[in-house]
Amino acid sequence: MTYLNNIGLYFLMIKEMFRKPTKWSVMKGLILKDIDDLVIGSLGIVAFISFFVGGVITIQTALNITNPLIPKYLVGFATRQSVILEFAPTFTSIIMAGKVGSFITSSIGTMRVTEQIDALEVMGINSLNYLVFPKAVAMMLYPFAIAIGMFLGILGGMAACVYGGYTTLEDYITGIQMDFDGFHMTYSFLKTFVFAFILATIPSFHGYYMKGGALEVGKASTTSFVWTSVVIILINYILTDMLLG
Amino acid sequence: MIEVKGLHKSFGDAHILKGIDAYFEKGETSLVIGQSGSGKTVFIKCLLGLFPYDKGTISYDGKIYSELSEDQKRNLRAEIGMVFQGSALFDSMTIQENVMFPLRMFTKMSKSEMEDRADVVLKRVNLDDAHNKMPSEASGGMQKRVAIARAIVNNPKYLFCDEPNSGLDPKTAIVIDNLIQEITDEYQIVTVINSHDMNSVMEIGEKIVFLQHGYKEWEGSKDTIFKTDNKAVTDFVYSSELFKKVRQMYIEEKQ
Repeated sequence: MTYLNNIGLYFLMIKEMFRKPTKWSVMKGLILKDIDDLVIGSLGIVAFISFFVGGVITIQTALNITNPLIPKYLVGFATRQSVILEFAPTFTSIIMAGKVGSFITSSIGTMRVTEQIDALEVMGINSLNYLVFPKAVAMMLYPFAIAIGMFLGILGGMAACVYGGYTTLEDYITGIQMDFDGFHMTYSFLKTFVFAFILATIPSFHGYYMKGGALEVGKASTTSFVWTSVVIILINYILTDMLLG
Repeated sequence: MIEVKGLHKSFGDAHILKGIDAYFEKGETSLVIGQSGSGKTVFIKCLLGLFPYDKGTISYDGKIYSELSEDQKRNLRAEIGMVFQGSALFDSMTIQENVMFPLRMFTKMSKSEMEDRADVVLKRVNLDDAHNKMPSEASGGMQKRVAIARAIVNNPKYLFCDEPNSGLDPKTAIVIDNLIQEITDEYQIVTVINSHDMNSVMEIGEKIVFLQHGYKEWEGSKDTIFKTDNKAVTDFVYSSELFKKVRQMYIEEKQ
């Protein structure tokens, strides 16, 4: 029953988020700040993880191709497909649920605990529009971070492949160019946009509606990470089945 | 004037407010007092519209709150200033930005006009050299004064303060009390303070509403509270030996 109640409350929050918009001159500043905090501030970790996980995917694929009849360029092909279809949009989003999600939950939760949200409401400001809407808008730039992640994942795979001596550079490049389907990019970015909205709103929900003190802020951050990850994985399954199935 | 009639509020089975009647006048510092759990915070939050109430009416200068549209409620709230117990300053903004915040949200003032207005109110609360400090760098007393400055910067018609003295030393608490009273008088606003600090009662209680177990048990002023025979009030007010002595001296002096 609590779960159903929370799901209903989440959708009411989304509806309320679009009502009584904050002055554009103020909102513009909030959006830019959130782009800096949530997207630009995440580029470093996205780049680092993408590069090395791309390398690991390549090494694992190369080591598991033991049949001499399978061409070596398939290592590049498998890396590209893994990175573009799943690793960059989904795996990175789950990591972002920890980084961006816990930041959002703890910052909004602290505002709740210290009555800053009440202060906004008393002033006649729609606190959901003021706090959550700019985060949702800022996260619409998240696919750019994922695009960088895709590029660096494939680059990391190439570095691992060539410097590890698993295949030649030519084979790897042949592999990453082979049978390229543009719709895979559409699918990947479409789900990234959905994940971006989830990454902005579910942690905001957990922060906004939390009750208690500092300890509960920590608990809310953990719960927010778990639920954001669960929803991302479920939505990933549904979208994959709908778009590629 | 704020007029409250038959206000009821429950949370599940817990009936917190059981038919409160009260009115608060312009230019008068009113205190809502009572023990912890008596319903004062719920009462104030109902007045502010943060909690929807179950029964009764709250009217602001004749406008009944529950009958207002969402837009009218928003406009009304823009006329309310609030000083929270923990100050509730926005910790990502400087003190000056905190004070300018209501102006940024509700006026079309230019940046320099907002800065001038912030200077005036910060000076009014005796904080003329703290503009660029962050709230975390300010003492408890300074934070309270910034909260008062933010509450009055937009010339509110109504000022609410939730335990403005909590966590302050007695000397700073008196400074804050006097500041609130002076501002109330100077700007002719309706001020309602939620408190259980007896020093505040003695210092600025032009009107006192005593709540107990969700009922309005007693109403009076800082002068009449000395003379009342209401047992609930005397038990609350004179719970310490010091106040018992003060009351005795006051009565003797009056006689």
